[in-house]
Amino acid sequence: MNSGPNFNLWVIPILPLIGSAINGIFGKRFPRNLVATVALFFPGAAFAYAVWVVSQFAGLSQAQIPHIERLFSWIEAGGFRVDYGFYLDQLSVTMLLIVTGVGFLIHIYSVGYMAEEGGYYRFFSYLNLFMFFMLMLILAHSYLLMFVGWEGVGLASYLLIGFFFLKQSAAQAGKKAFITNRIGDYGFLLGMFLLIKHFGTLDYDKVFNAISGLPVETGVGMLTATALLMMVGATGKSAQIPLYVWLPDAMEGPTPVSALIHAATMVTAGIYMIARSNILFLHAPIAMRVVAIIGALTAIFAASIGLVQNDIKRVLAYSTVSQLGYMFMACGVAAFSAGIFHLMTHAFFKALLFLAAGSVIHALGGEQDMRHMGGLRKLIPWTFWVMTIATFAIAGFFPLSGFFSKDEILWKAFSDKTHGSRVFWLIGLITAGMTSFYMFRLWFLTFFGERREAVHNEHEEPTGAVHAPDSTPANVGHQSGTQHAHAAAHGRSGHGGHVHESPWVMLGPLVVLAIGSAVMGWVGWPEALGGKNHIDKFLAPVFHTSSEPARSAENFSATEPQKSDSPQDEIVLERTLAAVSLATALAGLGLAWLFYVRRPELPDRIASSMKGAYRTLLNKYWVDEAYYSTLVNPVVDGSRRVLWRGVDVGIVDALVNGTGTVSKELSGVTRRMQSGSIRSYAGWVALGAACVVGFMIWMGLHT
Amino acid sequence: MIPLSWYLILSAILFAIGVASFLIKRSIITIFMSIELMLNAVNLTFVAFANHWHQVSGQVFVFFVMVVAAAEAAVGLAIVLAVFRTRETLNVDQVNLLKL
Repeated sequence: MNSGPNFNLWVIPILPLIGSAINGIFGKRFPRNLVATVALFFPGAAFAYAVWVVSQFAGLSQAQIPHIERLFSWIEAGGFRVDYGFYLDQLSVTMLLIVTGVGFLIHIYSVGYMAEEGGYYRFFSYLNLFMFFMLMLILAHSYLLMFVGWEGVGLASYLLIGFFFLKQSAAQAGKKAFITNRIGDYGFLLGMFLLIKHFGTLDYDKVFNAISGLPVETGVGMLTATALLMMVGATGKSAQIPLYVWLPDAMEGPTPVSALIHAATMVTAGIYMIARSNILFLHAPIAMRVVAIIGALTAIFAASIGLVQNDIKRVLAYSTVSQLGYMFMACGVAAFSAGIFHLMTHAFFKALLFLAAGSVIHALGGEQDMRHMGGLRKLIPWTFWVMTIATFAIAGFFPLSGFFSKDEILWKAFSDKTHGSRVFWLIGLITAGMTSFYMFRLWFLTFFGERREAVHNEHEEPTGAVHAPDSTPANVGHQSGTQHAHAAAHGRSGHGGHVHESPWVMLGPLVVLAIGSAVMGWVGWPEALGGKNHIDKFLAPVFHTSSEPARSAENFSATEPQKSDSPQDEIVLERTLAAVSLATALAGLGLAWLFYVRRPELPDRIASSMKGAYRTLLNKYWVDEAYYSTLVNPVVDGSRRVLWRGVDVGIVDALVNGTGTVSKELSGVTRRMQSGSIRSYAGWVALGAACVVGFMIWMGLHT
Repeated sequence: MIPLSWYLILSAILFAIGVASFLIKRSIITIFMSIELMLNAVNLTFVAFANHWHQVSGQVFVFFVMVVAAAEAAVGLAIVLAVFRTRETLNVDQVNLLKL
């Protein structure tokens, strides 16, 4: 297993860490060009090295995969031992390329986007740090090491969301993301404890071997419990119900951060973890079902919220949550490779969408409200075209990437005998329709029609019904998101009024991502449509070994290339389903066109005729409010009343102060001995000596 | 042959005088002298016992004590000089900066 060549995999994560350290320590004194050079060089080098590693990886024989490199022993406690090592298989290779590639493009973009912001070096230091932790997460060869990266990306995302830390809402959003993730991490930790308890190790290869020797659990047992706890961790990181609330607020960070962390890479960690633990999940069908249900619910739930949001980044945020739900659902129906495939295509088009949205915001000098956009097609043509590709890709139009990955998931949900269900397929289809609708809504509102200049806040209030202000503290200041630091920066440099296309350092990555969004899907061209589905075959070994030993007749592996040996009508069925999902996407497009181009008064009419539903969606089902009243406020109140006033003031402080008071009182008495007169000291000494001598004499007399 | 107890009694008397004068006298110089007196009282005990038991270690101890006493006198007298220079007095009751 470890006989293969040495790739020095540790080089890949260490490169961004060096970049982060250089910028973090010396960056303050560097000129901006140097900061940008450092910040770009190290992730770029990591990407180049990763490409080299992958080219070498391709030459490994099947027996040498997974390729494991152990560096040194990290923790040894009794019989428990964790090495510091790296694990390379088809799954981590895929993730490696996504993270370094897309991450590097976003770094380039950031150089242009952040050019006028303060804290330039700090931003890039954090960004590189994020890359380091994400790469650790992907390349780790044990759950514990993965957890290091897992926590690390949480930290990096906290730092980046709260990047504009002077803005109250940004600081709050950072905290919210961090705390929400901690809840999930707690589940992950408990899951790891269960693994240690039962298998005595956290190394992937050993755990997976041990699990594959066990029978598939029919009821709720240890494996199901572990899988469910792991899933809790994944819901936190991958923003699923009930822990998704942090992701929309995370849009407080600078836009490249939204693209890098909250769309393309970090949120995929949960999916990656579930896909990585596929053996565990396949042995716990109940947990699989829970994963699928959560994924499906999240997908449709978030998509429905996305229908009515007005902030361009919020729409994208909810679409991210929804797409992650898709991937979750894919994992839940045992279509792991489809999930990873969607993760990959999503990384491209969602990064592109965010960056293009950033370009729009940049062009408008900080405006984020779509109702104040419009007609930008002619003004920023490059952004328009890349955005178009991304929109069509996410909506699932043939032959762009989103079509293939989404269709693969829907097909697996429909067809998998054990884990799939038509209900999941239906929910997925509806979600796809909604996705198409809100994405085209965004597209039409932003780029078509007339430019609707911002009328400033006071004048907006009459439409207050539409603009119901959020009452949760974390959301204050979102809706009137014009106070983006950008606005200030631009205002100063005199760009305020006129719309301008972004510089090439920003457009370049957009174009590359657009090409990726268009063609990345082709690696998964399904066989039913005359393709080869390379990605499925490439990933198959990872998900194949999983179900092998315990696979019984009814446990039908979803990742196997089924089409080759399936009857003709199954191909017809798959083609029909593809046509149905394409039709759904078209319907979304048509509806959006009808609503926002053809008859722009319609949405308002519908909104006013269905006020209750509309306000529910606009206020995101009041989930934040519900969390505040049921969880946050009780905790805060309890802390304030019991822990602060009671325990802290009453017990801890009282103990400390009591100690002080007692010693002060005592010393008030004993300080009289310290008279400062030598003779009194001498007298005491003599007295003491006399006492000792007297005691010794007394002892001598009595023995 | 003078019995051991005589030496011990003499030594005790000398030591007591030393203690008493240490406590009574005000001049630092005199206090020093009383310290020397106490040290020598102890030395006398050592020598007496060494002679009595025919063991040399007591006498060796005396040499140590004398060396220490010499060093102590050197340091102590230097302090006395420094004190006298700054305060122009040798009265210990007036050297009480450490008092509260």
